[in-house]
Amino acid sequence: MTNYIIKRLLLLIPVLLGVSFLAFILIHLIPGDPAQVMLGERATPQALAQLRQSLGLNDPLYVQYLRFLGHILQGNFGRSIMTQNPVLDDLASHFPATLELTIAAMFIAVVFGISAGTIAAVKQYSIFDNVSMVGALVGVSMPIFWLGLLLIWIFAQVLGWLPPSSRLSVATSLHSITNLNVLDALLTGNFPALVDALKHLVLPSLALATIPLSIIARMTRSSMLEVMNQDYIRTARAKGLTENVVIFKHALKNAFLPVLTVMGLQFGTLLGGAVMTETIFSWPGIGRMLYIAIMARDFPVVQGGILFIALLFVLINLLVDILYKFFDPKIRYN
Amino acid sequence: MTGTAIWWPAIWYISRPLQIKKKKEEEKYMRKYKAVALLAALVLVLGVVLSGCGGQGQQAAKEGGKTFVFARSGDAVGLDPANVTDGESLYVTHQIFETLLNYKPADTELVPGLATSWENSKDGKEWTLTLRKGVKFQDGTPFNAQAVKFNFDRWRLQNNPYHVGGNFEYYTSMFGGFPGVIKDVQVVNDNTVKFILTRPLAPFLADLAMPTFGIASPAAVQKYGKDFFKNPVGTGPFTFVSWEKDQKIILKRNDSYWGPKPALSEIVFRTIPDNSARLMELKSGTIDAMIGLNPDDYKTVKNDPNLQVLLRPSMNLGYLAINDQKKPFNDPKVRQAIACAIDKKALIDAFYAGLGKPAKNPLPPSIWGYNDKIQDYPYDPAKAKELLAEAGFPNGFTTTLWAMPVARPYMPQPKEIAQAIQTDLAKVGIKTNIVTYDWATYIAKGENGEHDLYLFGWTGDNGDPDNFLYVLLGKDNTVKGAASNVCFYQNEEVNNLLKQAQSVSDQSKRAALYEQAQEIIHQDEPMVPLVHSMEVVVAKKSVKNLIPHPTGTESFANVDIQQ
Repeated sequence: MTNYIIKRLLLLIPVLLGVSFLAFILIHLIPGDPAQVMLGERATPQALAQLRQSLGLNDPLYVQYLRFLGHILQGNFGRSIMTQNPVLDDLASHFPATLELTIAAMFIAVVFGISAGTIAAVKQYSIFDNVSMVGALVGVSMPIFWLGLLLIWIFAQVLGWLPPSSRLSVATSLHSITNLNVLDALLTGNFPALVDALKHLVLPSLALATIPLSIIARMTRSSMLEVMNQDYIRTARAKGLTENVVIFKHALKNAFLPVLTVMGLQFGTLLGGAVMTETIFSWPGIGRMLYIAIMARDFPVVQGGILFIALLFVLINLLVDILYKFFDPKIRYN
Repeated sequence: MTGTAIWWPAIWYISRPLQIKKKKEEEKYMRKYKAVALLAALVLVLGVVLSGCGGQGQQAAKEGGKTFVFARSGDAVGLDPANVTDGESLYVTHQIFETLLNYKPADTELVPGLATSWENSKDGKEWTLTLRKGVKFQDGTPFNAQAVKFNFDRWRLQNNPYHVGGNFEYYTSMFGGFPGVIKDVQVVNDNTVKFILTRPLAPFLADLAMPTFGIASPAAVQKYGKDFFKNPVGTGPFTFVSWEKDQKIILKRNDSYWGPKPALSEIVFRTIPDNSARLMELKSGTIDAMIGLNPDDYKTVKNDPNLQVLLRPSMNLGYLAINDQKKPFNDPKVRQAIACAIDKKALIDAFYAGLGKPAKNPLPPSIWGYNDKIQDYPYDPAKAKELLAEAGFPNGFTTTLWAMPVARPYMPQPKEIAQAIQTDLAKVGIKTNIVTYDWATYIAKGENGEHDLYLFGWTGDNGDPDNFLYVLLGKDNTVKGAASNVCFYQNEEVNNLLKQAQSVSDQSKRAALYEQAQEIIHQDEPMVPLVHSMEVVVAKKSVKNLIPHPTGTESFANVDIQQ
């Protein structure tokens, strides 16, 4: 097991090298450079030449790539061309927002997705089954910007129950330690800030949860249906176990593997940032940060950000693979 | 009966492990259920508590002061005014920093700022400025001639140790490189500073009033170096407090400000990327004012009794650039035909919610030197067809029409505007295929002259005519790959007039030169000026003295909130 993990971690090196190369090439292949974006409508010949020179954009591409790699190896992600802020600082300030939102959304998606999927499978063809599966279809297909605005309109403007956007109210002050507002509020015992942070989390995490929730619900249902027809379920019932034990211990645990895979993939994807949700809810996450950086051709931020997200994605996949063993002891890694 | 009864203990004994397992499993699951039920109850209780706390304190103003929350779509890039070009940053720095000269609150006429008076030498190459006395930076250090020299040296000299933290784009574009036109800055005495120029520069004073040339505290620049952009210190009415990236920037009143004390105790700049979401925040009362309104929302906002709509006088131009070097556009008749084919008024009604003025000159009417005698080409498809026939295209031709990928105040719905122009042109026989790229590519290809018809625009910097006419139509600016004259209009006579106007300091003489240039430009019609748009600032009714400035950034020093 340990060997397996070490091997997987070593495999990270070529993967990340490949990602760094792709990220570098792709962002440099699109026409336009940061100098043009920064000067915009007002790019004069001298200004452009001067800016390109000072940004090092005149060097051949392979020189720029090697310089970038060299810096990364020393743990230096460089500074943003647009803001002059160190890329690591930008990642550190934006990632917690994404992480917080992702955890909240995944919590909703997993709790409600698995429950709905399980009930739908157990009560196949019942009203609940039909309604929840149609709901899941709607959830997957609903444009998030529309749903987001709808949620804001209903809960913030009409009912006034929840704040429309951002992470904290302007009047709320919170000493930040981890930049995860809920955790910081708990750590500092700041109850008003905790309430405020949680209230701000509700709408964006609901909007963000719709797609993973629907996918998890559908996956749970189909996987459960398959398992429920297996012989060992009949055996479990025959030996007189209560239906709850049959469903939760014998069926769900075995049906869980494909669901776990989907959860891992969804979690990884959400951690990469959700541009739409972050835009509608003014959520200062990593997706929007990358989107702005790509539009501005802010090379260091794009490259650093993609590398970071790729690393997370690979690590989460590794975690999922390890969890497999827990759910299915038949699996052996060597 | 006894026979079977004997067997019971045996059956019981044999089945014992199964029973125990079953019991254990059930107990375990009961425990788990209890945990889940407890958790659910907790969530419910928390929910009730949360909704009970609803609304309270959310809008509670900070004790003993008025907080003004202003929202826009993007965050500031940096807070060192010399190193930014975006409106989002300058909006903030304009509250912290002050310039040597100021614009009047509603137009671009110049009034004293940190300098109280100024004088030009006879040859126009020397400017002597007298500085305001008794002004201090927010860090307590004095503002004086040495501080002015420090700032200019930092901006203009590439080998200056403090020429860091960015690329000083505005300095190089207004003063022509490093050091550019400003040869030297001399300290005459504590309150007098002298600028030595390489040549007379007519828009010099107007340039000094641009928010980007805000005077920074030398002590703070020396202290923070590359990180000055996160620790701005100026002489302005508001002091920087904190910045949470992509969330909010907080400023507080500068209690030792030399001028009248602001009514606001705190300003919060919030980033709310989505236009609709931002308007909802304004309506729910979590922000006080905003920019960036969807044109479709203009009517509902105007009828909202709790909101006021403020119009920013136009200092911009949305235009259709015609690539004058390409066939068939090298024939002025074809360009005039295009001008006659486009219904500008319909465009403004449809896509600017009526918030714009049809443009007949490249220069907006809010800037002096505007030639109002010029008669615009009328919207007249029949005339357009005639002109096309004269040019040898009785059946029209096919070409490409480039649509901007991003919305700008001068081009709020670029794709829809392109489609409307496409329809207009089709009526006179010019078939167009609409193409678009992402913003950086769009600019790059335009500067390289790869386009035919190209929708574009310009927002003025300093309120000087040179800033529009020379930049957009000067022959010197048609170098492929870096052209700002994307019409590639190369009229020597116009170029000479514009160059001449740059070196005269008398404003009325300059105005005459610009009016003459506009006449020739009108004849040649290198571009079709479409519209001068007005931006909308929406605020709560309780917000007073918020006056949108044509340059795009206004000071909040006089803003008040009525309670």
